[in-house]
Amino acid sequence: MNILRAITAGVLLALAVSAAAIVFEQREFADAEQLQRYKTLIAELRCLVCQNQNIADSDADLAADLRREVHRMILEGNSDDTIIDFMVTRYGDFVLYRPPLKAKTVLLWGAPFVLGIGGVILLLVQLRRRHSDPATTTPLDAEQRARLRSLLDAD
Amino acid sequence: MSRYLLPLGVFIALVVLLGVGLSLNPRLVPSPLVGKPLPDFTLATLRSPDKSLARKDLTGKISLLNAWATWCVECRREHPVLLAIAAEGKVPVYGLNYKDQRPAALQWLQRLGDPYIASAFDGDGRVGLDLGVYGLPETFLVDEQGMIVYKHIGPISREIWESDFVPVIEGLRSGSG
Repeated sequence: MNILRAITAGVLLALAVSAAAIVFEQREFADAEQLQRYKTLIAELRCLVCQNQNIADSDADLAADLRREVHRMILEGNSDDTIIDFMVTRYGDFVLYRPPLKAKTVLLWGAPFVLGIGGVILLLVQLRRRHSDPATTTPLDAEQRARLRSLLDAD
Repeated sequence: MSRYLLPLGVFIALVVLLGVGLSLNPRLVPSPLVGKPLPDFTLATLRSPDKSLARKDLTGKISLLNAWATWCVECRREHPVLLAIAAEGKVPVYGLNYKDQRPAALQWLQRLGDPYIASAFDGDGRVGLDLGVYGLPETFLVDEQGMIVYKHIGPISREIWESDFVPVIEGLRSGSG
């Protein structure tokens, strides 16, 4: 019981610490739509310092600068495309979590489909082969059937 | 035996692909700014806040722009190399003091030596953002027309200077001369 209590306490403590670590910034917007655009944009832009985080989640200094920049550009009335362009001209496609389809990114976009379809084809081929394999379709003989019955009735 | 060849081949191909992927440095993001003009900027210099350093000060010649800060450990490692490059005098070296404190930066230059003709003081990092700076130190090689011809992320070592920068500089010189 004590161990359980200790684990619970540990989990609660970890939650409290991680909640405290979440970046909190006061941002003023003209309307709810701007706020929504801000949230969407910072979730889609990647932080270049801690590369597996978007700039919404990242604590890095650079991410804070980029959030400030996105906020400023929204207030100035820039469209989402303009803001994305602004980031891409400075940091390249890498800054986007959804990079555009280009010659360089064909493998990135195409590989999942190729592998997925390849896997399905492989599976179908295997299933068909197994189906036509005489070894698995031979009916059980009387002795085997008796053994099967005794196994099933064992419980 | 042959039924294992296909899976084995696929496995080996995957190992090679992932092996190459692992050997790449994910921090080296290709800069979209190489081959583009150096963004326009005007900033106060580090030494005298009433004087400014602007884009036009760097153009008209081949120059080096090095983004640095006192909080950047790798910049300290790079510093002696920059001093040597400046002493060599092949290209003028300019600094961009990125998101730093003025007194600390001045003290650093006084203590370790100043390789820069001038350093622009980019306290809020706004110019750094235009330059796509994300990990100090970063060094831009700018040609006479003000185009960024080369960018290096991370500290420049003697070897990197000789192998990556010098040939480009000499190529530019022989091309224009």
